[in-house]
Order: sequence, then structure tokens, then C-alpha cells
Amino acid sequence: MGSEIRFILNDDEVVARKPAGRTVLDFVRRDRRLVGTKVGCREGDCGACTVLVGRRAEEGRVRYRSMTSCLMPLGNAHGAHVVTVEGLNVDGLSPDGLNPVQRAMAEEGATQCGFCTVGFVVSLAGFCLAAEEITAEEAVAAIDGNICRCTGYKSIERAAARVSAALAPADVEERVGWLASNGWIPASFVSIPGRLAELGASVPYEGTASGTGRRGSVGGGTDLWVQRPEEMEGAPVDLLLDDPRLRGIREEGGRIVLGASTTVQEMRESPLLLRLFPRLKRHLKLVSSTPIRNMATLGGNLVNASPIGDLTIFLLALEAELLLADGETRRRLPLADLYRGYKELDLATDERVVSISFAAPGGGTRFNFEKVSKRTHLDIASVNSALRLEVEDGVIREGTLAAGGVAPVPFRLPATSAGLAGRPAAAETARWAAASALEEIAPISDVRGSAEYKRLLLRQLVYAHFVELFPETVPVEALL
Amino acid sequence: MRNIDSAGHLRGESLYLDDLPELEGTLHAAVFGSPVAHGRVRRLEIGPALETPGVVAVLTAAEIPGENQIGGILPDEPLLAEDEVHYDGQPMAIVVAVDEAVARRATRAIRAEIDELPAITDPREARRRGLLIQPPRTFSCGDVDAAWEDCAYVVEGVAESGGQEHLYLETQGAYAHRTEKGGLRIWSSTQGPTVVQRCVARVLGLPMKEIEVDVTRLGGGFGGKEDQASAWATMAALASLRTARPVKLVPHRLDDLRMTGTRHPYSSDFRIGLDEDLKIVAYEVTFHQNAGAAADLSPAVLERTLFHATNAYFVPNVRATAYSCRTNLAPNTAFRGFGGPQGMFVMEAAIAAVAERAGVEAAEIQRRNLVRVGDTFPYGQAVDEPTAEATWDRCAERYDLAGLRRRVAEHNARDPVRKLGLAVMPIAFGIAFTKTHMNQASVLVHVYGDGSVGVSTAAVEMGQGINTKLVQIAARVLSIDPSRVKIETTNTTRVANTSPTAASASADLNGHALVRACSAIRGRLLSLAANELGLEAGSVDLREERVVVGATATRLGRESLDWESLVRAAFFRRVDLSEHAFYATPGIHFDAETEKGSPFGYLVYGTAIVLASVDRLRGTYEIEAVHVVHDVGESLNPTVDGGQVEGGIVQGIGWMTMEEVIYDEAGRLRSGALSTYKIPDVYAAPKRLEYELFETESGNGAVYRSKAVGEPPLMYGIGAFFAIRDAIRAASPEARPSLVAPLTPERVLLALYPQGERATEAAFAEGEESPAEVR
Repeated sequence: MGSEIRFILNDDEVVARKPAGRTVLDFVRRDRRLVGTKVGCREGDCGACTVLVGRRAEEGRVRYRSMTSCLMPLGNAHGAHVVTVEGLNVDGLSPDGLNPVQRAMAEEGATQCGFCTVGFVVSLAGFCLAAEEITAEEAVAAIDGNICRCTGYKSIERAAARVSAALAPADVEERVGWLASNGWIPASFVSIPGRLAELGASVPYEGTASGTGRRGSVGGGTDLWVQRPEEMEGAPVDLLLDDPRLRGIREEGGRIVLGASTTVQEMRESPLLLRLFPRLKRHLKLVSSTPIRNMATLGGNLVNASPIGDLTIFLLALEAELLLADGETRRRLPLADLYRGYKELDLATDERVVSISFAAPGGGTRFNFEKVSKRTHLDIASVNSALRLEVEDGVIREGTLAAGGVAPVPFRLPATSAGLAGRPAAAETARWAAASALEEIAPISDVRGSAEYKRLLLRQLVYAHFVELFPETVPVEALL
Repeated sequence: MRNIDSAGHLRGESLYLDDLPELEGTLHAAVFGSPVAHGRVRRLEIGPALETPGVVAVLTAAEIPGENQIGGILPDEPLLAEDEVHYDGQPMAIVVAVDEAVARRATRAIRAEIDELPAITDPREARRRGLLIQPPRTFSCGDVDAAWEDCAYVVEGVAESGGQEHLYLETQGAYAHRTEKGGLRIWSSTQGPTVVQRCVARVLGLPMKEIEVDVTRLGGGFGGKEDQASAWATMAALASLRTARPVKLVPHRLDDLRMTGTRHPYSSDFRIGLDEDLKIVAYEVTFHQNAGAAADLSPAVLERTLFHATNAYFVPNVRATAYSCRTNLAPNTAFRGFGGPQGMFVMEAAIAAVAERAGVEAAEIQRRNLVRVGDTFPYGQAVDEPTAEATWDRCAERYDLAGLRRRVAEHNARDPVRKLGLAVMPIAFGIAFTKTHMNQASVLVHVYGDGSVGVSTAAVEMGQGINTKLVQIAARVLSIDPSRVKIETTNTTRVANTSPTAASASADLNGHALVRACSAIRGRLLSLAANELGLEAGSVDLREERVVVGATATRLGRESLDWESLVRAAFFRRVDLSEHAFYATPGIHFDAETEKGSPFGYLVYGTAIVLASVDRLRGTYEIEAVHVVHDVGESLNPTVDGGQVEGGIVQGIGWMTMEEVIYDEAGRLRSGALSTYKIPDVYAAPKRLEYELFETESGNGAVYRSKAVGEPPLMYGIGAFFAIRDAIRAASPEARPSLVAPLTPERVLLALYPQGERATEAAFAEGEESPAEVR
């Protein structure tokens, strides 16, 4: 185990002896004076600090993902290629010094004050390097974590469409090579896979040696660095994001098993999950933004214990079970039993989530996720809800309703869930389920909505579940 | 022409305040704010903070050498609170330390013992208690009391609009260091360099000449850095003075949100009367402006609310009264539109309400009452152009208003869940600082020996593209390539007594002054050229960098007489290649005694059609389309102006929809983070946004007749509120949505189901089968 953080920053190899908990943002701005990366909010909500993080993937390739450097602990850069806007500038390859992404933005008038601009450039570069589908829609999706206060986005959308159109000829198999030889990125990108292999980062980084007190566990860091940024800088932490034992999505004996360090984006891209949950892409698009989904882990989302965590609600409805380990013993715990009270967990000090599993959905499984927030994307829900039903011949065999924002914990509604069995997949059941749910919940008024609103909203989301799941047998008119 | 700053922005090379190279020995400051919204200070314990390793100084009001006062309009705001605190987060002490994290951590070691007093957050409550910033003001015309009798429809009601956080992506900030002889140089992220200079001089007890303020560019301002940059700059300056070290103060986003004000929330009562022909006969309105704890710019904002109380309509009988109410919130301040949007919102709310009463489309009333040439606004300014009606008609025609309305009705008949709504939003916005004396600007132009040109003005680049327009103007007057022109930083030692970059007026004021300065230099160069060529003055001209006679290029000796050789010749002939010039907007005046005058150089008009859809099941909505015809006179830069139109609209939509500034009863900001205060993201922008830059022959006060464009488009966003409201009414005829903005998904759902979820339980109790029976 090493105590040095080794990575490539743009074109430079870096051996950093810095606290693992220092943010990549502070490292690039203060320690390296790469000030193109901007400080906007330090809570992952604006995207002005977006960088690309490339990690070695299959077949010797490097897979790039956008991340908000304000929430990324430097330790998580170990072994990676970190790219800031300075690392995307191509010099001498074009008369105006701009790469095609930058030129598209300039030509569409997509910059005003310029402070957010670098984040957009980096996110769009991430699209160019990694997008599986080259469409204008996906190009816009790549900037879903970038906030601009000046332009109103339309010029940026036009630039994104231009980028997508210009990228169409790029050979998908050899994208990096194509981009480099066509002046989209510096030529040095081509040698990165080899350089990463030789970096010596195969020695896992052991976490910080500095600091005292209990070692914390860190996945993506997307909540810890929002809640306790100054404390985290020097905190002794175990970095779990790259731990191979905590990764992967697989099917085992009729159960789907997800490693605790699986990121939301990995879930969203998993062929296995997409086969089982055809609407998963759409559902998980409602979870935060691309850069946060690229960082945030499933385990972190569950342990964070937010009463409104999207993935928690999702998994509660699936009756997920946790595998917990403290280094010596292992135990299994139904997810619903993890939550004892507001941010109170049935989790021992040394225990960590290893994996999460749930029964693979069968032919009769119907699953829906609903979320309403003030802003549809990159926002925390006022109320979110998931419903899973096992249906046979138009009758519900059993099911689970879960909802967030309506109780001190992410809430599996026991009475409503139990009462679903034996009911028809019909509007009357939707009405019953909504009424029953309202008996079980106790939302509070807060910044995300009044209690009155949250009650009404859960009713409507229960209706929406049924309308979405049974378009033929639940006419929406019956629930309006 | 492309925005000249684009390339630097895109390459990450533009330098904002926090990006400046740090001077040796730089310290970093953080501010301790009052933990309560209102109270008497018993003690401020700074000892533990001072003992924190890395902390160099903790400064309180006692350290202020001059006047502890930063109020610009009224002297009612200390830099650092002493005996009393009036809002949560009000600065009380400055911690100066070796780095930002240490400084921030140390602020938490400060303890304030405060006897808490009741906090007032509601402006009407403040008015009841007589807590006013200034006596109320009233604009009136005609005889409103007598006019109600002539009305066929009279409706009264309440309309409210919320605050709006500026959310400039770059927070406030300043960086100060001492210069010789006790002076200070301050880099500030401010829209008003002179405002900062004046404020620092006052608090530090120094003459203004000792304070140099320099501004490179802002990562957004939107009014939030017009007045409220001063406190941060003054705190940095004080810290630098006291520590004798360079001090940077860039507040954390959370501190910025908590300690600075927002757009003013307003709560207003209206009464509107129409005759049988839907002509607006009378309008009475009382505005309660939530000013926050200090005057800041509130009186000026309030004044513009009154100016725009009737928006783009002619109303013969008006009484508009405005109260600026002192509450225990961070002082509210300028925000794009500067009170105008709040006034217009109430007018549009009144029209929506009376349209419902009369059973007609609001657009019928709107179109019939638009101002025409010869009409006067209640404050006396006469309408001198037909642009209100012209933009409306052009918009209705180009974007097929009748067809859109038909398609909305057809869709709504077909779709039970997703309902469409439509609204039209005309605007009329006056251009000038309403304080007449502020309508002045000066510039300083240097032509260097190699023919390149440096331009210093009072204008601050904050994304609005002023640098690009100034380059265009200089290049145009001097007949040179724009690449020769550089816009310098805005600096109080080069251009003094600047008006802030605000009121949409900077391109006009600075542009006109720049035309004068460049014209003078051009004149001197042409005289020289005529002299050298032995021709009569006036017979030669400069075109595309060449001295010409008629269409023929000239030669001086063997050399063609181009820009560079002309400049070189001027230098050797000892001709002045620099020029200072001044401009003051002519013909504007306003008498605050009679509340009458002609305060605006001109008005900007336009019309937007907004289409929204509401999901009746979930209470969510989307802005489907915005179609705009916007009056630009003759645009100097359609890309820049189009960007202002698009950006303003989305910002206005944000204000009307998702942006909700929430305080609790104790006056604490609950929406004080980006996770709780949401501004539009790419998916919240209208799905379609089309605009036409409508050319008019008017706007003679505008530079090259390119009318001001910064603020007016924001007000099209008001249309989003009424489009969503229209969709709610289409979804449910019983729905009676209130006139309270922002129209969040919560307000939409509660309007759609006014019974709330109580109906659910009732239905369940009354006859739904119980689970046992189903089994």
C-alpha cells in the first residue's frame, strides 16, 4: 500500500503527497494554479468545476467520465487521468486556438459571463470522448449538471447539436484516436492508456495517513463533501470507490447483486439492469446529474440515510437486502430494517455495506418510479415513490410501495404493501392504495414542500404508478 | 461579430477575481455573520477565533478608522454590526487568516451574545408597525376615485411575487492591498467601481484619490453587484489596512446566499376597472416592497416599480402607491429589471383577474389597451413611437397567435392529463437611470504608436457583451479592424466618477462617450492627413484603415497612407493620440415633488407568446415555447442582443416558476444553498425559444440606434406564470389559482386539487371496499 496519490493531470504525471480528502478542485486551483476550473458552489450543484476523470477500462482503453471536482477527494484520482479545461485546449491546430467544441460554443454565442463556460466545455468533451450514442439529445444530456445563469441555454443547446453533428463520422471503436487526429483533443491523449499502466498506481493508495480519529468510509464523496467539506480535507478515510470487491452488477441464483461501490451511472448503463427494468434509463435520469451519477455510489446513497434518497426508495420497493461486513463477520439485513430513525442506522461502527441484492424481477413484475421536485432534474425530491407489483391475470399477487419525503426515514409502507395482495390491477386499487398510504405517512413541512402538499403529491404519485403500469386497465380519467 | 471574450472563456483563460495571481503574503478573510435576525448585542467573543492557529486578525467595528456606514441612498447600514443586528448573517466580524479554510473555521469559534428581538419578515406587518424605509410615494393621473363609476367590470385582488437570488456563478469578492502613502488598490467583482471606491474611502476615512478600484470582469452580476459588492470590498480593504498584508475575501457560496439580498419580494393590492369595450378605465395599486433591513437601493427600485406599474398599457386614471417596508431580511437590492418586473406582474395579474370576470381572453384586454403615440404614462412621459402595438401585431402574425390558440384548445379537448396554456406578455421598459444625474459616462482612449487602441470606460463586462459592443464602436468610428482595439479593465484611476453598469444603459452611455472620443482622434488624424497631403481639411476620409479622397486611396511619398502610417506620422508631428470624452443623456428630467417628468431617453417594447403544459396528475409543468418579437431599434450586434433576449427570458421564467426564496419565521434563509434554491437548468429552459429582433426607426437616444437590451427581456418571463395558470384552468374549471409567484409545482398541484388529499380519505371512508372484502 502506498501513501502517494499518483495520477496524470492533463499531460503531467503527478505524485501528490497531499491529504486524500483535499478536493481535486482545490488541488488543481491552488496547488497547480490551473484556474480555468472554477469554484461555483462547492456542492456539486453548478458544474463550474467539472473535470474529466479517465480510468483504465476493458481492452486497455481509458474510459472518461465527467465529475464535479469540488466533491471529488484527491485520493479518488489515484491511477486516473484527470483532465481540466487546460488539458483540452489544442494549440497550433486551429487558427483561433479553439477545438471544435469550443468553436461551436463561440459561433453560437454560447458564452456570456464565461464563468460556467469551462464546465460546459469539459462536459461536452466528455460527451465526445465517451458517448455511446452520438445524438444532439445525448450531447445535451452531458451538460445536465452544468448551470448557466446568463445564456438561457438555447445557444448552448445549439452548440451541442453542432458538436454532435460534427462528431458523427468519429469511429466509435477508436474514438480517442479519431478525436486526437482531428484536433478535438491534444494528441497526448493517445498515449494516456500506456502511461496510466506505467504509472505505478497499481499499488493501491492506502488512504491518508494524516489525521486522527475513526477512519471514515468514502465512496464517491458526493454527500460527505457537501455536508462536511472542511472536516473531510484532513479526515482519515478509506476510499472504497475503486475496491474491486465492492464493484460489479451480476445475477446470482435468481438475485441481482450490486456491489456497494457501483455508481448510479454504472447502474444506468448496465445491460443486465436495463433488460430487467426497461424504464431504468429514464428513472435514473431523475437522479441528480451526469457528473454526480458518475461519482455517487449505491452504498453511499443507502448509508447516507436521506429520507428522500432516490435509490433507497427504488430498492426498498424491490425488497432489497444488504450484505454487511465488519472485517470478521458478515450478516444480511433487509434494507427496510437498516433505518431506525432520522439518519439513524442499524449499522455497527466497523460495519460496511458490501453489496445489495434483490430478487430478479420475473415476467409478472411491474415496477415504476416517480419523483417530483421543484426542478425536474438535478434536484432533491419533494416526494419520490417506487411501486413494485407481482401481477398474475390482472390480479396483484403481492407488492411493495415505498416513498421518500413522507417520513423521517426512507419509507417502505408496510400496511399498504401488505394490503396490495389480492387486489385487481385497476383504478379502484390505485385509490385504495393512495388512501391507505396517506394513513401511514407523516410528512413534515420543509423547504421542499408543505406537509399538505406532500400528502397530496404522494396520492398523485400512487395514481401515476398505476396509470404508468396499467395503461389498459387503469384509465387516467378514473383518477383525475 | 463574435463576442470578443469568448475564446478566453472557452479556453479557461479569462481571469476572474479569484483567478488573479496571488501577491506574496496574501491573507484570506471570512466573515462572521449574526446568528439571529434581530437583537441587541451584549457581547461579541472573538478571543477563541483569534487564538486559532493560522488566524492573523479578527476585526470588529472597533477597528474601523472612518465611518462605520455603507448605506448609499440612506445612511442606515453599518459595515459591521455593533449594538444591534437586523438580519441573520449581518456581518459582525472579519477573520483574517493564512488560508480560506482556516478563516472560515475560525468564524465558528466566535460567539455573539445577543438578546433576541422579534423578527419581521412580512412587509405588510412592517407597514402596520410603521417600519418604512421612506415615506410612501404615489404616482397618479386622472381621477381614479371617480372613474370606477364608468366601469362595467371592476375586480380587486392580491398579487405577490417572491424574491430572486442573483446566483451569479461567480460569488462576490474582493482583493485588496496597500499602496504607497497609506492608499489601497482593490480588485473587486463589482458593477460599480466608484460605488466601491466611495464606500471604502468613507469607511477607512481616506480621500477617494487614495482608493484605486479595478475590475477585470464579472462572472455574472444581474444587479447583485451594483451596490452589494461594496461591503465585501470594504471588508477586504479594512483587513488589508489593519494587517498590512494583501487580503482576499471571496465568500463561500453559502455565505454569499445568506449575507446578500435578492430581488425584492412584493405583496400588492390591486383594483382594476374596465368599460364595456374592455378599455382599462382605472387602476389602483398599492405595493408593499420587502426592502429588508436597510435601504440599499430599495428607494430607487421602488421608484421604477411605480414607473412600470401600468406596463405597456394606457390607463387614464391611475393611483399607484408604494411602501418600502423595513424587515429583518438581508437588504434586498437591484436585480435585472430593478422593480419594473414586480410592477408589471401586478398589472398582468389584474388583467388576468378581470379577464376571468369578464369572460374574455386576457389578450383581448391587453391588445386593446397598448400605448399609442400621444398617450402618456402616469408619470407624464409621452409615448413617441407605435412600437407597442407594432411588436404585438408582428408577434401575433409571425407566430400565428390565433392558430396557436386553436391548437391549444384542440389539444386540451383531446388530452386528459397534459393540458396546454397560453399567455401573451407585452412589455414597455424605460431606458435611463431614473436618477437623472446618474446618466453620465466618460471614457479614455489611447491610440498607441503601432496603431493599436486601448479603451477605458466606466462599463464593466459581466457577460452582457459590453466589451464587444465597445470594440465595434471604436473600430467603426476609427475605421479600423476590431482586432486593433483592446477594452481595458474598468479602473477608477483611468475613468473617474463612474455610474454603475446597470439600468441597461451602459452601452448607450459609454458608447456615446466613446463615439465622441474616437471622433475627436479621428478628426485630428484626418486634419493631419489633409495637411500632409496638401489637401483641404474635410476632403480626406478614413475608410477600412486607409486615408482616401473620394474612393481613391492616398499615398504619402512612396507609402500608401494607411492607419499605421497615419498614426506614426501623428506621433512624430506631436499630435495628441489620446482623448477623454464625456456624455450626459440629453433631455431627460423628473420632478420628485410632482412625480412627473420624462425620465427615460426612450422605451423598449416587445411582445412574447408563451406556451406551457401542465401535468394534471403530478402538478409538474414545462415551458413548451416562447415566441418573441423584441424591439432593438437597429441592433449593433444581433448575437449579443439575441443572447440577452434568450438569457433574460429564462431568468424571468425562473423567477416566476421554480426560484423560491424561503425564510422561516425567525428570518433565517431556508433556501440558502444550491440544493434548496433551484434556478433553471438546460431541461427547464423552454423547449422552443424563437425571437425576432424587431427593427424600428425609433430609439434616437440609443448609440447607433441600437436600443438597450439588458433588462427588458426578463419581463417576458412573466408570461410563463400566466401560461401555466391558463393550463391549470384548462385542466380544472374549478381551479382558482392564486396570483402568487413563483408558481412552483406545489402551488400548481394545490391549485389543481383545492380540496387537497382530504377528498381521498373521504372517498375511502364513504364506500370504497375495505381490503378484507376484496380478498
